[in-house]
Amino acid sequence: MKTAALIDLLSRAENPVARHALLRRFATAVSLGAAGALLLFFIRLRVNPGLADMLVMPAFWIKVGFTMSTFVAALAVATRLARPGVAVGRAGLWMCAPILVVWMLMTMALVQADPAARLPLVMGTTSRTCPMNIAILSLPIMVATIWALRGLAPTKLRAAGGVAGLCAGALGAAIYGLHCPELEAPFLGVWYVIGMTLPAMLGAWLGPRMLRW
Amino acid sequence: MAQAMAGDEPAYCSLLVELSQHLRAFCRRRLAHMPAEVEDLVQETLLAIHNQRHTYDPGRPFTAWAHAIARYKLVDLLRRRSRREMLTDGLDHESELLGDTDLDASEAARDLGLLLQTLPDRQRLPIVHVKIDGLSVAEAAARTGMSVSAVKVGIHRGLRALAARLSNDR
Repeated sequence: MKTAALIDLLSRAENPVARHALLRRFATAVSLGAAGALLLFFIRLRVNPGLADMLVMPAFWIKVGFTMSTFVAALAVATRLARPGVAVGRAGLWMCAPILVVWMLMTMALVQADPAARLPLVMGTTSRTCPMNIAILSLPIMVATIWALRGLAPTKLRAAGGVAGLCAGALGAAIYGLHCPELEAPFLGVWYVIGMTLPAMLGAWLGPRMLRW
Repeated sequence: MAQAMAGDEPAYCSLLVELSQHLRAFCRRRLAHMPAEVEDLVQETLLAIHNQRHTYDPGRPFTAWAHAIARYKLVDLLRRRSRREMLTDGLDHESELLGDTDLDASEAARDLGLLLQTLPDRQRLPIVHVKIDGLSVAEAAARTGMSVSAVKVGIHRGLRALAARLSNDR
């Protein structure tokens, strides 16, 4: 087939493209993924009975802010990576900012704490299960974000996969926060970050394998 | 491109024609040592640009978007080539050199028309009726007995499948 014939073929009687097709695709993906993660949450875990008391504590809202802002920033970066020719730019810094803030809070808390109290601050009571629970809850969201990217045009496949994974990990962590009894910044800075990094690493591995177009 | 995305057929056609000339120059420059691949890459990139047109943001420069797609397809091609060349020996290389010398300037070595024949009917027929014979979607639906939305989905999936085959079967 000659190129002219291909151009004829491509330009003939085309349906207009839906407006905001890219954002709509991400919105659908995140809604379905979050629904899947919530389903998984209620099958495997339960809402922390002390949640009502935590709602009045600033530390709880710092945790919510940490996970949700990482999620929103990672989603913004993912939408940029899904468009050819769009630089990540400042959105990449915003994606790292919440983690840096939590690490700062962590350092401050550890410096102020009595040396003997430092390790318990980091370990909390649930450090053994926390990262795995976050990673498991993020799986349905990751399936959805990878699906969204598969219909779009990422040109940096490893980065796109990794950010899709981080996005899933952060939302998974936010949902896990309904169960998790831990509120200390040192705990978040270690175990939540590990829990969010696992899906990000999986995504970076999957990217070049699943996102080619 | 914004006009084309809104469904303006002549605008889209002239855009693709102009784009194909830029792409050909771009590919010639980058593939100077393998001229037989140039038109393949032009066609592959055009198909990708069409299939990915929903990722273009009308608020941003069109050339940056199209250029990023062309570069992605070029890198993809070079990666596939180098992987294949590690597996094959020099003989293959020579026969390729001899076989490809007599190409028409805008004829690709890899025939999209033949590739189209390998698609399943539910994708191939809508493409043939609407895109090649010039029927409307409704007419194509009546002729094939498919629903209107099935014809649209068939075209969409068929063109994506074609692009996937182009980039996998080399």
